Amino acid sequence: MATLSFKNVKKTYAGNIAVIHGIDMEIADGEFIVIVGPSGCGKSTLMRMVAGLEAITSGEIQIDGATVNDLEPADRDIAMVFQNYALYPHMSVFDNMAYGLKLRKLPKEEIKKRVGDAAEILELSKLLDRRPRALSGGQRQRVAMGRAIVREPKVFLFDEPLSNLDAKLRVAMRLEILKLHRRLRTTSLYVTHDQVEAMTLAHRMIVMNQGVPEQIGTPVEVFEKPASVFVASFIGSPPMNLIQVKVAGDGTMQTLEGSLPLDIPPTDVPPSVRGRKVILGLRPEYMILNTRGLSAEIEMIETLGSEQLVHCRYGHDQMIVRCTTRQLTEAPLQPGSRLDIGPDGRHPMHWFEIDSGKRVANL
Amino acid sequence: MVERRPWLDFLAHAILIVGLIIVAFPLYVTFIASTQTAQEVANAPMSLLPGSHMVENYLTAITSGGSGASPVGRMLWVSLVMALSIAIGKILISIVSAYAVVYFRFPGRQLCFWMIFITLMLPVEVRIAPTYQVVADLHMLNSYAGLALPLIASATATFLFRQFFLTVPDELVEAARIDGAGPMRFFYDVLLPLSKTSIAALFVIQFIYGWNQYLWPLLITTKENMYPIVVGIRRMVAGGDDVTQWNITMATTILAMIPPALVVILMQKWFVQGLVDTEK
Repeated sequence: MATLSFKNVKKTYAGNIAVIHGIDMEIADGEFIVIVGPSGCGKSTLMRMVAGLEAITSGEIQIDGATVNDLEPADRDIAMVFQNYALYPHMSVFDNMAYGLKLRKLPKEEIKKRVGDAAEILELSKLLDRRPRALSGGQRQRVAMGRAIVREPKVFLFDEPLSNLDAKLRVAMRLEILKLHRRLRTTSLYVTHDQVEAMTLAHRMIVMNQGVPEQIGTPVEVFEKPASVFVASFIGSPPMNLIQVKVAGDGTMQTLEGSLPLDIPPTDVPPSVRGRKVILGLRPEYMILNTRGLSAEIEMIETLGSEQLVHCRYGHDQMIVRCTTRQLTEAPLQPGSRLDIGPDGRHPMHWFEIDSGKRVANL
Repeated sequence: MVERRPWLDFLAHAILIVGLIIVAFPLYVTFIASTQTAQEVANAPMSLLPGSHMVENYLTAITSGGSGASPVGRMLWVSLVMALSIAIGKILISIVSAYAVVYFRFPGRQLCFWMIFITLMLPVEVRIAPTYQVVADLHMLNSYAGLALPLIASATATFLFRQFFLTVPDELVEAARIDGAGPMRFFYDVLLPLSKTSIAALFVIQFIYGWNQYLWPLLITTKENMYPIVVGIRRMVAGGDDVTQWNITMATTILAMIPPALVVILMQKWFVQGLVDTEK
């Protein structure tokens, strides 16, 4: 049980290649934090710095108020679950989980009890004598988590733990991790590139891009109020529609490229963007058909099951609208025909600066 | 092969059988010769059927030795000590140096690796004169140390272990670090058990390499009680006035083949187990 804090943490590799440009964050005791971002954004590096596997170039990482910058991984009281499990191939499941405890010279009974308890929680009790190679991917993953649990660490670190599993198992393990955390309440840091994992697991998430935390917030905050164009397009599936627009002083709009009209009620256009060129963001799920807005050409329709994605083109801009399948069976759409689409008016629209990509402040 | 053709099977078997005969026939002749009297062996052509003096010949070889040589027992012992020291020494040194080269970042790491690698170009025969000088100066002539030490350094084994260590995933090292295993613990608890099969393979190869050494022991041993068996056999093929007792020599040869054959057969089990038991 511990807090974790980052104080202007930076990482630079030899040759002045900066991969993390400074992170400040306080993580409360028991919080589940997910770091999400595309590959190469520095999310794994950040986690490895917490683990002590990478040196910290500048700044401070504190666990429970104590600076751990110069401590060996073993002395930081953390436990880590690796993407490819990293189980010791020549040891049984029991020994894999017990190894760290043996090295800490815990009494035999204590080790047995802890491993037994962890195996119970993870339903591994019958597999304790097996070698890792005799286990399925999901079981190996559970052993890897068991190895972390028995340590009873202050902080859990998960490095893309589910990305080697197939889709179905991933969903199941996601729920198990959630349950596990609810039970143990250990402060956790979880790295993933999968936004669904991030949304479902996180108390708060850090959306990273090129070594910069673009936004830190709860999943709902990040979804409803993305701090930048990057976050808007990264979180949400399908991604948010982003259209560059010119807003006139009276609130009427045209697309920046092609100067096509956008018929959006001027009352919905905040004063702070009037007379400027900005990026307008519309969530596909918050757009509706046959309303005032714009008349786009249907390019294709993607069927997902209960929902369908209508891909449209409006001049130079691409857009996606999410509809229910029922809605489309009642009124079928033909690719190539035109369709009136627009915001549903009930959910806010998003406005971003063109240059910085940041959300327009003071709406 | 996907297709099954009878004549192809026949051809394959024929080639294998011919190969087997080529390899096995000299061994057979050696064995036959070791069961006959010296006189019978000297006859031309020599009989290819076993003679009746097997027990006698082998007893002579073991107790007194043939012409110009010490008893087989002593020579086998010298060979065994030499081969074991070379095999074990090579494995110990190369596994540790490979560990250093792969897992530790120290100044001159690449240099060290390449220096080890370059010694591949300098086998014993090439550096034999200076090596002799060194061993002689250290007063190690006619000693086990003198027989084994110069042959222990091994670039091949170091290279082999290095390649194996490079295949061990980095995550395993990191997991061990987080578990609190220091470098020595990691080596002992994780790397060594994982290298079992490589070690077994190397042991077989290096044991036979050590057992078959001829030139080096010939140079540095001058006393009869320090001759390994390969040198001993050569000395039994007498020059000068003595008549070579071929039957005893052949019995000695057969005895000399037993230990390496045993090592191969015993370790083969390990191998196969190791191969089936792939831990990755």
